[in-house]
Amino acid sequence: MYRYDEFDERFVRERVAQFRDQVNRRLSGALTEEEFRPLRLQNGLYLQLHAYMLRIAIPYGVLSSQQLCQLAVIADKYDRGYGHFTTRTNLQFNWPKLKDAPDILDLLADVQMHCIQTSGNDIRNVTADQFAGVAGDEIEDPRPVAELIRQWSSLHPEFSFLPRKFKIAVIASQADRAVMKSHDVGIRIVRNKAGESGYEIFAGGGLGRTPMVGKRVREFLPKGQLLAYLEALLRVYNLEGRRDNKFKARIKILVHEIGIDAFRDRVEAEFARADAFSDDENAELARISAQFEVRNYEKLSARSETFEAARKSDPAFAEWVAHSLFAHKVDGYAAVTISLKPVGGVPGDMTSDQMRFFADLTDRFSLGELRVTHAQNLVLPNVKQDDLHALWRELGKAGLATPNVGLVTDIISCPGLDYCALATARSIPIAQAISNRFADKARQDEIGPLQIKISGCINACGHHHVGHIGILGLEKRGQESYQITLGGDPTENMAIGELLGPGLAAGDVPAAIERIVGVYLDKRADGETFIETVKRLGVSEFKAAFLAGAQNEAA
Amino acid sequence: MKLLDRNGFRTDDFSRAGADGAARLDAVIVPFADLPSTAARAGKRLGVDIPNTVTVEQLAPHFEKLALIGIAFPASTDGRGFSLGRRLRRAGFKGLLRASGPLIPDQFPYALACGFDEIELPDASAARQPESQWLQALGAITLPYQRGYARPSSIFEQRRQARKEAAHG
Ligand code: SF4
Repeated sequence: MYRYDEFDERFVRERVAQFRDQVNRRLSGALTEEEFRPLRLQNGLYLQLHAYMLRIAIPYGVLSSQQLCQLAVIADKYDRGYGHFTTRTNLQFNWPKLKDAPDILDLLADVQMHCIQTSGNDIRNVTADQFAGVAGDEIEDPRPVAELIRQWSSLHPEFSFLPRKFKIAVIASQADRAVMKSHDVGIRIVRNKAGESGYEIFAGGGLGRTPMVGKRVREFLPKGQLLAYLEALLRVYNLEGRRDNKFKARIKILVHEIGIDAFRDRVEAEFARADAFSDDENAELARISAQFEVRNYEKLSARSETFEAARKSDPAFAEWVAHSLFAHKVDGYAAVTISLKPVGGVPGDMTSDQMRFFADLTDRFSLGELRVTHAQNLVLPNVKQDDLHALWRELGKAGLATPNVGLVTDIISCPGLDYCALATARSIPIAQAISNRFADKARQDEIGPLQIKISGCINACGHHHVGHIGILGLEKRGQESYQITLGGDPTENMAIGELLGPGLAAGDVPAAIERIVGVYLDKRADGETFIETVKRLGVSEFKAAFLAGAQNEAA
Repeated sequence: MKLLDRNGFRTDDFSRAGADGAARLDAVIVPFADLPSTAARAGKRLGVDIPNTVTVEQLAPHFEKLALIGIAFPASTDGRGFSLGRRLRRAGFKGLLRASGPLIPDQFPYALACGFDEIELPDASAARQPESQWLQALGAITLPYQRGYARPSSIFEQRRQARKEAAHG
C-alpha cells in the first residue's frame, strides 16, 4: 500500500499544526464560530447531538494493521473504546473533546493518517473498489488513481469552498462494487479500442433528497490528463453550482438543470484551456503504483487441498466460506469479507479489543493489509486458501465470523438519531430489529442475497435509495415514520428504489419487510435472487402486499 | 475596510468613485455597471468592483484599461471568487487582483495561489484578526500538492524535478 514520502509526511504534520492553531484562534475569539465551522469541518470535526464527532479518513478504504492498532489506541484514550465504520469507508469516533482533537491528529499522523476533508464543502475522501488490486476482473488497480486524487485534492486552493461536498469514486472493472454512479464524479478505468487504458468519467450522481444516477461526461480520457480534466470540471461546478439553496447545491442539480450535454460542453471548453502536465502525471502515477504492488505472494497451486478438506469436514466453516470469499487474481489466495453485522448488533461498530485482535490477524493472514467496505464490513484481501480454516476459527473467538455477508441481516445503517445531529429518526434500532427478526440462519439462506439499507434522514448516508429494500426514517407530527422503497440497485445497473406506500411506525417495519420477502419467496422463479424477481415482476405485487398489511395494522 | 497584501496591512491607493474627492485621485474603482462608459485617463489608474458572477468574457474587452479588478467575496464560504480569479489570470489579466470580503487568514494562501494580490477586509474582520495571523497563515503549509497555481513550488513539481535529476544523473 501507499507509504508517505518526505513531502506527504511534512504536509500532514503541518496540517496538524495548522488545525491546532485554528482551534486556538477559535478559543481566543479571533475566529468567530461561523468562521471556524468550515475549518473544523474540513478537518472532519462535527458537532453532534451529544458531543463532537471526529471522522477519520480511510483513503479508498485501505488500512494497515499498524493503523488499525493506532485507531484502537485512540478509541481507548479519547473515546469510549469503539469506533464506527461509515458507508464512505471512514471511521467515526463519537465522543472526543474539541481540545483533544489536535492530539488525536498527531497520533494519526504518526501512522500516516489524517482527517483532511472528511467533511465540509470540499473534495471528500476518495473511495474505490474494496477488492482493488486483487480482483481478477479489473483492468488495473484503481487505488493509485484514487491516491493521486487524494493528494491533488488535499487543501486545494481553488476547491476548498465549493457550493457543497464533492465525492469521487474510482473503479476499474465493469462490475461496480463501489456504487460509483452515486458519486458527484465517478471514474472507471477502461480500455479503448487501441488497447490503451484511460478513464471513463461520470458526473452528477448522488443520493440524498434528489437521488440521481451519474451520467457519462467523457467516454475516454487518455491517461495523463485526469487532474487537468478534474480541475476543469470542478471549476465549472464551483462557478456555476447553485449556492442559493443547500439542497440544490450538489453537482447533480447543475447537471440536471442545464443537461449533461451543456455541462459536457462547458467542461470541455475549460479543459481545452488547461495546462498539460500529462507526461508527468503518468510518471507520478507510476511512482504511486509501484508502492501498491504486492511482491511477496507465494507461488501456490490454484487448488488448496487443506481448504477443500476443511470445507468438507466442517459444515459451519463451509457455510461461512459460501458467503465470505471473493476470487483472488493470484492462485491459491482468496479475499475474505468479514461481517461487522452480528445478529442484533450495531452495523459497522468495532471495539478497540476487536481492532487489536483483527490487526493481529491481518498481520498473520493478510500481509498486513485490510480494507473497509462501503457496506460497513471489512476485507482481508490476501489470505492463503491454506489458511482460511485457521483464520475462520480465530475470527470466531472475537465474534467476527458471522456468516451473513450479502444476506438479509447484512444491513447498511447510518448512525441516525442515536448520534447524528441531522437525523429525523433512529436507524440503528431498526437495523437491529430486522436483524433479530431474521436471525434464523436457515431462513436467511433460503432468502439468499438481499440488501437492506437504512438512513435516518433524507441525506441518505445509509444509501437507502439503492437498497434492494430501502428504509428512510422521517419525522411526521413528532413521530418517527419509515418509508420503504423497493428495487434499488447499487451495482453497475444502478437503480433508485420505488416508494411502496405511506410511512410506517418503527414497530411495524420488520413485519413489512417480512411481507415483501414473502412475495419474493412465493413468486420467485428457480434460482432467481430477490432483486431479479423484483426486476422481473415490477413493484406492483410487492406494493399490494405491503399496503394490505399496512392497512391491517392500522385497523 | 482594511487592505492586506503578502507583506501585511497597507494603505489603499484606490478610492471608490463617488467617495469624497475620489475624482481627484490617481486611482479610482468604479462599479461594474459603470465600466463600459468609463474611459481610461492618462496618468490615472482605473479599477472595477465586480460580483463573483461576472464572466471573463464580459471583462476581457476592458483588460487594457484596467489596473485593478476587485472580486467580491460575499461570505468566506463562497469560493466562486477563487475560480473567477484563476480564470482572469489565465485569460491574461495582468493588473492587480483584489479579493474583497470577509475572508479568513486560512484562505489567504489560497487567494494568492489563485492569482490574487490583495485582500480588502471589513473592519470587523481586521480588528479580530491581527496582521500576524495573516502572515502566519501564509507559512502554515510550506509545500502544497497542486501544480500550476501562483506559488513558488509544489510537491508534484518537486517530485517531477527529482525524477528529472535522477534521469540525467
Ligand atoms: S442519513 Fe441523515 S441521519 Fe443518517 S448519518 Fe446521514 S445525515 Fe445523519
